[in-house]
Amino acid sequence: MLLEINDLHVYYGAIHAIKGISLEVEAGEIVTLVGANGAGKSTTLRTISGLQRAKKGAIRFKDRDLGNMAPHEIVAAGISQVPEGRRVFANLTVRENLEMGAYRRSDRAGIQKDMKRVFELFPRLEERQKQQAGTLSGGEQQMLAIGRGLMSNPTLMLLDEPSMGLAPLLVKEIFAIVKEINEAGTTILLVEQNAHMALSIASKGYVLETGQIVLSGKASDLANNEQVKKAYLGG
Amino acid sequence: MDLLQQLINGLSLGSIYALIALGYTMVYGIVRLINFAHGDVYMVGAYAGFFAVWHYHLSFFPALGVAMMVAAATGVLIERLAYRPLRQAPRIAVLITAIGVSLLLENLGILILKPEPRSFPEVFPLALYNFGGLIVTNRQMAILAVGLVLMVLLQYFVNFTRTGKAMRAVSFDMEAALLMGINVDRIITVTFAVGSALAAAAGVLVGIFYNRIDPLMGIMPGIKAFVAAVLGGIGVIPGAMLGGLVMGVAEVMVVALFSSTWKDAVAFAILIFILLVKPTGLLGRPGGEKV
Repeated sequence: MLLEINDLHVYYGAIHAIKGISLEVEAGEIVTLVGANGAGKSTTLRTISGLQRAKKGAIRFKDRDLGNMAPHEIVAAGISQVPEGRRVFANLTVRENLEMGAYRRSDRAGIQKDMKRVFELFPRLEERQKQQAGTLSGGEQQMLAIGRGLMSNPTLMLLDEPSMGLAPLLVKEIFAIVKEINEAGTTILLVEQNAHMALSIASKGYVLETGQIVLSGKASDLANNEQVKKAYLGG
Repeated sequence: MDLLQQLINGLSLGSIYALIALGYTMVYGIVRLINFAHGDVYMVGAYAGFFAVWHYHLSFFPALGVAMMVAAATGVLIERLAYRPLRQAPRIAVLITAIGVSLLLENLGILILKPEPRSFPEVFPLALYNFGGLIVTNRQMAILAVGLVLMVLLQYFVNFTRTGKAMRAVSFDMEAALLMGINVDRIITVTFAVGSALAAAAGVLVGIFYNRIDPLMGIMPGIKAFVAAVLGGIGVIPGAMLGGLVMGVAEVMVVALFSSTWKDAVAFAILIFILLVKPTGLLGRPGGEKV
C-alpha cells in the first residue's frame, strides 16, 4: 500500500474536524475524497502534508510514519500537494514558481526534463514563463499550481479542489490532464466537491461527511449509488 | 552647489538608514514582525567592528566582515531563543518580546561594554576630495560604496539565487512554501542573518564616519530606519533602500535649511505623513498586508 491512513483524528482547537478516518491509496491509482464543504477533505490533505498535526491515528507512506515528519521532509519523501485555491506565488514569475516546486531537488537535468514536461502539458505556461504568476487568469493559475506540484517529481500527488471557480470547459481540460499525469505514473489523491467529475476519473472513492467516512468503494459503484446521487450528484 | 553638497551628505547618511531598514523590512516580509531589537543588533555590529580594529588590529574590510558575521550570529540567536518559541503565539506577544530583547541588549551593552562612548579607531586617515567645489570625504565615499555594493549583492541574492527566491515565496505564502518542500525555519534563519549583517555594516560605517559608538547608539537610528522601511513600504526590499535614502536626505536638508533641533523630528513627521497619505509606503503593494 502506498498511503495508508488509520483511524485519524484531527482537531482545530476544540473542534473535532476529523473523527477517525481510515483510507488506503494503492500505487498507480486515482483515489477521490468527495463530500460537502466542511466535511474534512482539505483537513485530511493538510494532515498528510504535515501542515496539521493529528491527535490520534497514523499516516503511513511507503511504510514510513509521516506523523513526526516536517512538511518539507514529507515533500522530500515523495508527496506533493496542489492546495485549494491554487496559492501560486503571485510575486514570483511562472518559471520561478516551477523552480520552487523543485526546491528539494538538485538534479539539474531532471528538473529541466520535468519543466519541459510541464510546458508540454500546459503550453500556455511556457508562453508566460517570465510573467508574474499574479497576472495569470484563474485557469492558468490552476495549471501553474498543478505544474508546480509536478516539479518535485512526486510519487503521490494530493490535489485539493482543482475545479474550484473554473468554467466547465476548463474543468474538463484540467481533469483530462490529471488523468494524463496519473497514466504517466503518478498516484493521485483527489479532493473534490464536483463529485461527478472526480468519480469519473477515479478508481476508488470515499465519501466524507462531518469528519467521517460514510461510504467507500469503487468509483463507478459510488457514481451509481442512490445515496451519493441524491446528495452529491444533483440527481 | 550647497544643496548638492547636502545631497551627498544626505545620501551617505541615507545609505546607513537604508542598510538598517533592509533588516526590518526583510524580517517583516517573512515573519510579519517588527524586530525592535534590530537597532541593537546594529550596535552589536559596531562594537564587533570596533574590537576587530582596536584589539585585533584588523583593517577595514576584514573588520567589516567580522562585524557582519558576529551580528548575523546575534540575529540568528535572537530569533532562535526569543522569537521561534512564539511562532504560533499572537503577534502582539512577539512584538513585546522584541522590545524586551531590545532592552536586554542595550543593558547588556551598558554592563559589558561600559556605558561610556568609545571613539572608533581610525581605520583610514581622513582625506578630502574636492570635485569642483563639492567636498567629499573618503569616509563618505566608503559609506556610499559599501552601501551600494551590499544593496546590489542583496538584490542579486533575493532575485536570482535559490534561497532568495524561496525567501520571496515564504514572504508571499508561508504555507504554500512549506508545501514546496521549503524548510521555512531555515529561510527565517537566513533572513535574520542577512538583515543583521547589513545592520552591522551600517554600524561599522557609522563608527568610522562619526568616530563614536556607545551601547545606546542603536535606538535612534533603529527608529529612523524603521520609519524608512515604512516609508518605502514595509516588506518591500527596494522600498527600504529608497526609504532610507529619502530619510537621510530629508534629515540633512532639514538641518541645513532650518535647524539641527529638527533633526530627529523629521523622521516622525515623515512617519505621520506617510501613514496618513499612503500607509502602504512609497513602493508598497496596493492590496495592503497579505496574511
